[in-house]
Amino acid sequence: MASVTYDQATRVYPGQERPAVDALNLEVADGEFLVLVGPSGCGKSTSLRMLAGLEDVNSGRILIGDRDVTDVQPKDRDIAMVFQNYALYPHMSVADNMGFALKIAGTPKAQIRERVEEAAKILDLTEYLDRKPKALSGGQRQRVAMGRAIVRQPQVFLMDEPLSNLDAKLRVQTRTQIASLQRRLGVTTVYVTHDQTEALTMGDRIAVLKDGLLQQVGTPREMYDTPANVFVAGFIGSPAMNLGSFAVADGKANLGDTHIPLTRTTIDALTEEDKGEITLGFRPESLDVATEGEEGAFAINVNLVEELGSDAFVYGQLAAREVAEHVTSGAGEAQLIARVDPRRPPMKGDKIWVKVRAGEAHVFSSATGLRLPA
Amino acid sequence: MSVEATVPEVADVANRRTQRPAAATKFRSLVTNRIGSAVAVVIAVLWTIPTFGLLISSFRPEADIKSSGWWTFFSDPSFTLENYQEVLFGRASSGALATYFINSLVITVPATVIPLVLATMAAYAFSVLEWRGRDWVFVGVFALQIVPLQMALIPLLRLFSSSELLEPFPFLSVWVAHSIFALPLAVFLLHNFMSDVPKELVEAARVDGAGHVSVFLRIMLPLMAPAIASFAIFQFLWVWNDLLVGLTFTGANNAIQPLTARLAEMAGSRGQDWQLLTAGAFVSIILPLIVFLALQRYFVRGLLAGSVKG
Repeated sequence: MASVTYDQATRVYPGQERPAVDALNLEVADGEFLVLVGPSGCGKSTSLRMLAGLEDVNSGRILIGDRDVTDVQPKDRDIAMVFQNYALYPHMSVADNMGFALKIAGTPKAQIRERVEEAAKILDLTEYLDRKPKALSGGQRQRVAMGRAIVRQPQVFLMDEPLSNLDAKLRVQTRTQIASLQRRLGVTTVYVTHDQTEALTMGDRIAVLKDGLLQQVGTPREMYDTPANVFVAGFIGSPAMNLGSFAVADGKANLGDTHIPLTRTTIDALTEEDKGEITLGFRPESLDVATEGEEGAFAINVNLVEELGSDAFVYGQLAAREVAEHVTSGAGEAQLIARVDPRRPPMKGDKIWVKVRAGEAHVFSSATGLRLPA
Repeated sequence: MSVEATVPEVADVANRRTQRPAAATKFRSLVTNRIGSAVAVVIAVLWTIPTFGLLISSFRPEADIKSSGWWTFFSDPSFTLENYQEVLFGRASSGALATYFINSLVITVPATVIPLVLATMAAYAFSVLEWRGRDWVFVGVFALQIVPLQMALIPLLRLFSSSELLEPFPFLSVWVAHSIFALPLAVFLLHNFMSDVPKELVEAARVDGAGHVSVFLRIMLPLMAPAIASFAIFQFLWVWNDLLVGLTFTGANNAIQPLTARLAEMAGSRGQDWQLLTAGAFVSIILPLIVFLALQRYFVRGLLAGSVKG
């Protein structure tokens, strides 16, 4: 077991000016499950591969425990990796696949067999040990890939989108299995995914990356409740947060007929670069249905109602058309999402009045995108 | 009755609609099964008849061969092993293929193994390892295939004629010549095959603790087996059947000449012993035949390998 430390780790691909990973500083505690998440091309996989030693580190350091592994070959790092396409050795049986690392390390045969069988039992693979990967289903292959990592008993597990080749149902199942397995084994794990639901459900902590830059690290709750900037706010959470650019006047954020009160500290934190504007974010579930004329209430024209049984989501547009495009959400430009009572959903084409619940608005500087104190 | 009359009509329309594609597929399967098989059989027979005639001739006495066609064997059978006797162990001037058979074997096996060993390692270097200028060097190696073999004969001969290594290793020049002529194609083919192996597999092995030697021996070689086998067959047949390189680099040295060189001289200086060619041909065919039959499973798979993922 060991901690993992990225110290200003940078990777620039040859022939490119912008680093794929730019001065990443990140610490993963011993036994922690850290999820690297971000849109495609954000550098999350590159970060993981740098830790695995499959990608050069152009500057900075990477440490496993107290050991500097920046220039250490992958084979000497004592890590195990699960690949997106599993990368099982097609000419070996399941047992040989799982025992390959031990065989290379020169472990006695009897001990290899014992450890492979133990891992197979944990993963429910015992009856498939003599099969070739070709004869397994996708889920089974995924478990063999996990088994290959477990058998090693490494210092760190690295997982590169291990669930993305599974169908939706199996993915949810395996998600919980991996998370509980990791808790049981207590091995430090770095897990890469582009799926924020996976990130929220599995990780002890989440690190969000964008364009090679670390945006924020924190527990799922922190990420959800206090996103550090507009990007994290829009990325974490499903459906995504509504974000709108509002004009600040009279201690309020104003957009058309909508006036949402701001606190003193928020207004004090605004700078000249913000040009009297502020970005306001509110999650779909932070909206309450209100009545016309209430302080801070605004009208939405309902385009679509999504009923999920436990929830109902209204997709709509600000009724004030001239300012509608100032608001965006996960549903797209000029769209707004609100959660409403599933027992009494509005109809398509209705006009409803909603209001941001007090204290649940997120405020960001419109110049820097950074979170402002509320 | 009237009800019955209308029902078939409706059924007919429905049938006609469904029957057209059905007929098409039926026709196609008929063509592929019956006609296709028949054509294949005819071609196979046409191709095999001369060889078959040669086989029969080889068992006929000299006088018969020189006076009548092989098909007369069926009306007037006369059987002898004299030709084989003469060819394999006969007097030195026209026979004694046995020693040349061994020579060919001594030439062919290393001339197959050496380029294969070098080419698999080179293919690994060109496909898995990453180094500056790799692609340019690879293009260079591939481009070497354009050089006609004949152009290299004289420079190589000059190189070897002044070499003292030929004294202890008389076969060295033939081995080297065959190996270097085979390498560009071998490197190219094996490189292409190796590039098809997903790179995650190599990465997984490296994370699992394997160095390049282990990756090469334990991952790449087993996966490459079909490709290696198919190239081995190609190279074996090529070297075994080669006359030009064998003749050039063994010079007039009878002790190291391959079977093919001997076969060409077998008819005698005035062609008087041409009846022996029949038996000689079959002696030289036998080994390639064994190799082909033993490895043909890989042969087919190796040619297809890479076209289908998995």
